[in-house]
Amino acid sequence: MLHVTYLIILLPLVGFAVQVLFGRRLGDPLAGAVATLFVAASFVVSVGVFFNLLSQPGRVRSFNQNLWTWIPVGGLQVHAGLYVDPLSMTMVLFVTGISALIHLYSIGYMKGDRDYPKFFLYMNLFVASMLILVLGNNLLATYVGWEGVGTCSYLLVAFWFTRESAASAGKKAFIYNRIGDAGFIAAVFLTFDKVGSVDYTTIFANIGKIGAGNITAICLLLLVGVAAKSAQIPLFPWLADAMEGPTPVSALIHAATMVTAGVYLLCRINPLLHASPDAAWTVAIIGAVTAFVAATIACAQDDIKKVLAYSTISQLGYMVLAIGSGAYEAAIFLMVAHAFFKGLLFLGAGSVIHGLHDEQDLKRMGNLRIYMPITFVTFAVGWLAIAGVPPLSGFWAKGDILENTWSAHPGLWAVGIATAALTAYYMSRLTGLAFFGKDRWKNKVPIDAATDFADAHHAEGPIPEPHESRWVMTVPLVVLAALAAVGGLMAFGTPHLSLAHWVDPVFGGNLYDDHESTSTLWKLGTLDGVVAVIGVFIGLRLWVTRAERPKLEWAFLRHSWYINQLFDAVIGRPGTRLAEFSSTVIEDKVIDGAVNGTATLVRRTGNQLKRVQTGYVRNYALWIVVGVVVLFGFMLSRVWWS
Amino acid sequence: MSTTPFPFLTTLILIPAAGAAVVALIPRQRVAAWVHEAVGLAVSLVTLALAITVLLRFQTSFGGYQFTSDHIWAKTLGIHWSLGLDGISLFLVMMAAVLFPLTLLGARVKRDPRSFVAWVLLLEAACLGSFVSLDLILFFLFFELTLVPTYFIIGGWGYARRGYAAIKFFIYTFAGSAFLLVGMVAVAFIHQSQTGVLTFELPALMHTHLSGTAGVLLFVAFTIAFAVKAPIFPFHTWSPVAYAEAPTAGSVLLAAVLAKLGAYGIIRFDLNLFPQATRTLTPVLLTLAVAGILYGAVVACAQRDLKRLVAFSSLAQLGFIILGTFALTSQGLTGGVIQMVNHGLIIAALFLVIGWLYERRKSWQASELKGLQWSAPVMAGVFTVVMLASIGVPGLNGFVGEFLILSGTFIVHRWWAVAATVGIIIAAIYLLWAYQQVFHGEPTERDKQTRDLGWSERLVIAPLILLIVFLGVYPKPVLDRITPSVNQLIAHVDQVTHTQQPAVATGGGSAAAGTGTGSGSNDAIGGGR
Repeated sequence: MLHVTYLIILLPLVGFAVQVLFGRRLGDPLAGAVATLFVAASFVVSVGVFFNLLSQPGRVRSFNQNLWTWIPVGGLQVHAGLYVDPLSMTMVLFVTGISALIHLYSIGYMKGDRDYPKFFLYMNLFVASMLILVLGNNLLATYVGWEGVGTCSYLLVAFWFTRESAASAGKKAFIYNRIGDAGFIAAVFLTFDKVGSVDYTTIFANIGKIGAGNITAICLLLLVGVAAKSAQIPLFPWLADAMEGPTPVSALIHAATMVTAGVYLLCRINPLLHASPDAAWTVAIIGAVTAFVAATIACAQDDIKKVLAYSTISQLGYMVLAIGSGAYEAAIFLMVAHAFFKGLLFLGAGSVIHGLHDEQDLKRMGNLRIYMPITFVTFAVGWLAIAGVPPLSGFWAKGDILENTWSAHPGLWAVGIATAALTAYYMSRLTGLAFFGKDRWKNKVPIDAATDFADAHHAEGPIPEPHESRWVMTVPLVVLAALAAVGGLMAFGTPHLSLAHWVDPVFGGNLYDDHESTSTLWKLGTLDGVVAVIGVFIGLRLWVTRAERPKLEWAFLRHSWYINQLFDAVIGRPGTRLAEFSSTVIEDKVIDGAVNGTATLVRRTGNQLKRVQTGYVRNYALWIVVGVVVLFGFMLSRVWWS
Repeated sequence: MSTTPFPFLTTLILIPAAGAAVVALIPRQRVAAWVHEAVGLAVSLVTLALAITVLLRFQTSFGGYQFTSDHIWAKTLGIHWSLGLDGISLFLVMMAAVLFPLTLLGARVKRDPRSFVAWVLLLEAACLGSFVSLDLILFFLFFELTLVPTYFIIGGWGYARRGYAAIKFFIYTFAGSAFLLVGMVAVAFIHQSQTGVLTFELPALMHTHLSGTAGVLLFVAFTIAFAVKAPIFPFHTWSPVAYAEAPTAGSVLLAAVLAKLGAYGIIRFDLNLFPQATRTLTPVLLTLAVAGILYGAVVACAQRDLKRLVAFSSLAQLGFIILGTFALTSQGLTGGVIQMVNHGLIIAALFLVIGWLYERRKSWQASELKGLQWSAPVMAGVFTVVMLASIGVPGLNGFVGEFLILSGTFIVHRWWAVAATVGIIIAAIYLLWAYQQVFHGEPTERDKQTRDLGWSERLVIAPLILLIVFLGVYPKPVLDRITPSVNQLIAHVDQVTHTQQPAVATGGGSAAAGTGTGSGSNDAIGGGR
């Protein structure tokens, strides 16, 4: 199977081509079904490749294949090539699997949309790009996928393009990511400069020649890319805005897959990070601060998707923190578990939004467990999983990270455990507001116009009762709930088939091996569970009974620490002024002024002589043509007769 | 150098030139207007067919001139009808041959199509002639000849300020050319004083020995002409007004093909004739290139008129091409050459779409258009692809050139490359802004009635989109033909100036050997930790 790995990418790409050519003719719902089938087929191939890889001895589980030479110039030989190893295989499995589920869900969610086929066109392209990112065997191939997913993210966030806020959010996502891309590509330049190649295997084989300072520089430049793609401080604001996209997009791209690309990249370059403790420390600190800051913001948001978005940022911070601490396996564990439970939570939120006819304001929900039982039960699994309540997957994954940060530095651990408490709290707040309490959706009182949909087409007339969603939407919920519940098994499995055992060869020798003693582990684990339960208890206790507690929702947190305003003041407005100044003063007055000034000077001089000349440029031009034609005629005659 | 029995290149120039004469001679009365257009299109398609034949017969791994033909024109003056094609000019010829028929098809005019078609064909002959001339005077004639049709196209079929635009364009570029002619004659005379032979043939003149000052002065004379034509910052101010006021065909051909004459002139003549001066003045040119990249991008951000916005984006793109050229590494120069082709395809598509937009709405003010994706999804899709190519999203052609240019520059002039990398961030800002203004947002009734692209328009844009994708995914056939000529040119420069490319550029030994640590600026970035 390994030699057909390219099919994993090719299938969704063909699906994309089919949508481009026939999407409109297929229409609703056939276009969605076709798109889903291509992704599902990709998942099936992935499973086949997985078992093929598994059947090989543990230390040689990798497969490197150059498909064609992409950019060959002199010493720079870039190939379009694939690299299959336990790390990329793990990514491929959950990316294709969850993509297939979310495609299925979208068939129902996007029903009736004007641009139904176009949605699936973008989604298929996204899956293909994500798989290129994951499977590329060199930095530049990863970069192809990296920019590809960013582009699809732009297209999908701005999918409802008639809404000005969606269009702006898409643009913002692209530009923030562009900053990251600049860092990424600069790292590629530096790598090429020092190694003469961008292939991962060649880079890692030549680490000794790069020099410590350059390794740190490469890692930090890549970290800029990671910070943008995985929404780390300070490049995270785009992700909250990206919630303007359709909810399946938020689930797939902005929770389960694309945003984890940064984490994947850091795992991929682990030999470099291992060689640069400075870079690793920076990574850890960025992750820890992001995890904490985003969690505080999530405590004070009213939009159900914004809470989940900041929660995603926070969880990504956890993963980055884990990598900085050297706990790659734990990061991957949380990445997979997070894909399950956060994908689930977003799809559940989508079901709620759908059921309430495009209502996203938590303060206008309430008591939905009565009306949407399947959504509630599955959502509850996701909620408890992310809160870290044992024995759901989140508990094990988060515990794994916390234990490792404890080994790395107690300060990092302290930030981690505080974030865990906040996580349990804000997720319980969300659940309490949406599914418990009074039926606030009945009050048709506008609470905050800003959080409303601009085109809430159901806003007129009596508010219909919330309703449960169709099977195409609930089946993915149930599947993801099951995975989120038992995902912790990845940590155990059989001795030969646990996640840790599986991915270990990728990080051979680069992992922390000073694991804590069993008694410490038990103490830390118990503490994690207790913190989670207390957080859940407080969150529910406070928010089931009341929907308004202004003292717990500081403006500072509601406005995301004012980071958008900060960027606007420091970069946005001065940048606009610079552009205006360049255009109106430097261009028009200085540069063009000099040109026209010279012309005027010449003309004034020339006025003295104008009687001898016609003054019409077109006359001169015509004479040039005549002259040239005569010259050429002469020339050609000489050529032929000589 | 292989002399082919059939004079491919001469024919390549003569077909459109003769076509122009034929079209001009078909009477205007009694013949329907479309006859002129059909004849013009047929002529340009025959030219394309011949260009494709040349491409197929081109020897891949040979860096020298091919299809050469050399006939004495004026013996006493040493002027030859000397033509030749190498990897550097091959794809510029191809690009021109592809874009002219598409322009004739996609950017037709209502008033007096006969003269229009004739001028366009004459322009094609002049452009192709410029790209294949190996004699300095011959090149100069073609180079100057391009001015005339362009002047008449802008002045005759342009928009409100066409008169001002045409005169500014003509005088500015003509003034630059004066330096070029003087420089060419000077080089030939210096060569004559050294060898006793008066010739204007590039292969002979490139071995002229020039003193430092003479070289620098001549380099400057040549470069001013080319810098105006390209345009390179700060010699660009004719271009926004010319691009904006020209008819669609004028904008397409000016930005896609004529602009490349400037960059091509620098590569073909400056580098070959003045290697030492090239080295001496490299920092100046790199700085101008980076200034153009950043300045063009920043000013583009302030434009509200789509054509002006594209004009400034073009300034930034030309900056990349110049940057790659003066990196003088295999990657940088190859990137510069392929980016000339890429930029030609991208900007042609951009101006065509904007032109079609104008036909429908009589405006290219971004503020007057909104939500067009609603009624014109195909146009929006085309614009999206072209925009992404221009931004440099990998998988499309713009990235290949940009990446080669920047990596080729980084290994020798690190900080210029880093500064230019900032330019790729800004490029995203103004193009996405333009897209949002025009295609996103709530459409008005008028916007909702805007027609989508028709079949003939789709037919015109489809080849461009296919080329944009193909060159992004599989540029190898193109790179394999460009690189040998580029390497030969760099070897010439290096030999004269006693310098050498860094080992990573040539892959000295094997790629894995990683000899990069030898370069002097080793720890420049990492050193600060």
